[in-house]
Amino acid sequence: MQRFKPKFWDHQDAAAGPFRAMFNFRSIWLQSVLLTAAVALVPLLFLAILDYQVSRKAVESEILNRTARLVSNTRRSIAFFLEERKFALQFIGLDNSAADLSNPERLQRILHNLRAGLGFWSDIGVIDLSGDQLAHAGPFGIANVNYADQPWFRETLDKGSHISDVFLGFRNAPHLVIAVKHAKENEPAFILRASLDIERFNDLLGQLEVSGQGDAFIVNRDAVLQTPSRYYGNVFERLPFALPPFSDKTQAVEMWDHQHRDVVVGYAYIPDTPFVLMVIKQKTELLSAWQRTRSRLMTFLGASILLILLVVFGVSTYLVNNLYLADRKRVMSLHQVEYANKLASIGRLAAGVAHEINNPLAIINEKAGLMKDLFIFRPEYGKDEKLLGMIDAIIASVDRCAAITRRLLNFARHVECNIQQVRLRNVIDDVLGFQTKEAEHRSIAIVVDIPEDLPDFVSDRGKLQQIFLNLINNAFAAMKEGGRLVVRARRLQDEPAIVVTVQDNGCGIGPADLQHIFEPFFTTKSREGGTGLGLSITYGLVQEIGGRISVESQVGKGTTFTIVLPLESCKPSGENHERSAGG
Amino acid sequence: MNVLLVDDEDQLVSTLAERLELRGIHASWVTNGEDAILMVKAREFDVAVLDVKLPKIGGIELKRRLAAIRPNLKFLFMTGHGSEEDFEAGSREAGKDNYLVKPVRIEELIQHLQNLVQAEKKE
Repeated sequence: MQRFKPKFWDHQDAAAGPFRAMFNFRSIWLQSVLLTAAVALVPLLFLAILDYQVSRKAVESEILNRTARLVSNTRRSIAFFLEERKFALQFIGLDNSAADLSNPERLQRILHNLRAGLGFWSDIGVIDLSGDQLAHAGPFGIANVNYADQPWFRETLDKGSHISDVFLGFRNAPHLVIAVKHAKENEPAFILRASLDIERFNDLLGQLEVSGQGDAFIVNRDAVLQTPSRYYGNVFERLPFALPPFSDKTQAVEMWDHQHRDVVVGYAYIPDTPFVLMVIKQKTELLSAWQRTRSRLMTFLGASILLILLVVFGVSTYLVNNLYLADRKRVMSLHQVEYANKLASIGRLAAGVAHEINNPLAIINEKAGLMKDLFIFRPEYGKDEKLLGMIDAIIASVDRCAAITRRLLNFARHVECNIQQVRLRNVIDDVLGFQTKEAEHRSIAIVVDIPEDLPDFVSDRGKLQQIFLNLINNAFAAMKEGGRLVVRARRLQDEPAIVVTVQDNGCGIGPADLQHIFEPFFTTKSREGGTGLGLSITYGLVQEIGGRISVESQVGKGTTFTIVLPLESCKPSGENHERSAGG
Repeated sequence: MNVLLVDDEDQLVSTLAERLELRGIHASWVTNGEDAILMVKAREFDVAVLDVKLPKIGGIELKRRLAAIRPNLKFLFMTGHGSEEDFEAGSREAGKDNYLVKPVRIEELIQHLQNLVQAEKKE
């Protein structure tokens, strides 16, 4: 996990003060992630949900429509089948008188013709209005039966026709009865009663291709099955759930069956009959194709979301990290400018002080010189050795002061300087000049080993001063009393460059710290107010003048910084003015 | 050898002049540019020793004016060398050899003066 943590994650910019919120990179990252993810995902999810609902509704209504259509067509076939037979009976009644039909041979022939012409006829009988059967043709000899008490008989008398429920009857085969009343002028009225095999229904319903593990059957209005059902029982069994309410049109509804399955029920009450046609489909089966498509789409959606999130995370992390690095760079250059400014201010102050001191110093020098002259040139003053010695002491002190002010001026002058011919020895002496007192105080030995024939080189003297000042300051900070600082310079044989080493025998740097030593803001002295910028600035300065810097260190033994400086700095001088302008 | 010393520190120039006199060099001194111009107009000098920083008329400007009056006059600059500009201007105008930083050793000053005068003679 640590490996994936971006650099900015734990960054706390204490120095930002009231603007700290602006530099909270973790919250910037979070905002960026949330915002981009929201912008990308919200419309996507909205569309996905909308599409889900719309397409589900469309599929469901399509299922209902198809079911309704199927039921409607089947209902028409069944109604037509029954109507046809009813009309046939009516035709026979019109074509024949009751007397004709009472002739068994005639009746037998009619039955034969009906079977041949229309089919599914089982038997036929003629009944007078008192309910007595006058004649009968069919496989079972039924004679001398009175139907006066039968409900169908009375219904036929009242309404003119009747279609019965399916029943077993004497033949022990499911069939139904159609009865039609005939009342012609000048002739006695009679009723023609025929029974029909319901095979035709079974065929009709069996031929239906009902999708979704469908079931098509007929029940009567008391919910008793008239044709066998695949799932809801056999003929004459009661439907295990309540019949849907009456409607004169074809209906398709969704409901739960007795086993709590989600089903689509299409039904139609067939007019003038006790029959209700029902088609029942399993909704889960019907939706399965749509659900397969849906699940593929969901997989695609999931993959898209994952991809979007990955990209959002990646891009946000990348951008915020770059922002963070840019900010670090900005802070670093601010510090660098500040540092250069500080050095320049010190330089100006030193120059001012040195200049002011130089004038009175010159007067002391001349006055003392004149006194000496007088002692030497004018015999009347006599050569008082003691006074001469005192004058010499004054002049020597003036010389020492002059050396100090000259060094200050020299240093200050070069803080703001740019590329010029540089003698390394002078630079080192300038820098060490400030440290000699401290060195004496802490009895640190300073060894400068720079060969006289080391060539002068072209470089930025101000930067060289900063570089060596930093390195020597660091060396002093690392050393205890009695330490030894060695500054050594050599000309490189294989390239036009010189190599300078600054070596101390101080506390040294651990290998863990050593690899970070030139990184900005890396400090082991944060408690003592170190910014962790000294060596990174030094590194930057060395780079700017075209050199390179490296470090070796052993804990307890000391540290050696090695700087390789080209004899010709290739940097144009224009760039160097930026620093001096800032400083 | 006649030398004119120009420096706003009268204590410095007067003493310096006296020390030069002791060594057989005729030295006059003034503390500002106007007086220096008057002096140069009035008398002939071999070398003028100028402070770079002078009130009213600066050392560099003064050199130009004096050179206009006496083309043969040699110049030596002397400065507390406080600022970059002083140093740059002084050494550019007079050359590094003719530029001394205070405090000046008398032997060094005389050496420079003699060098200038001898160079003139050679020409």
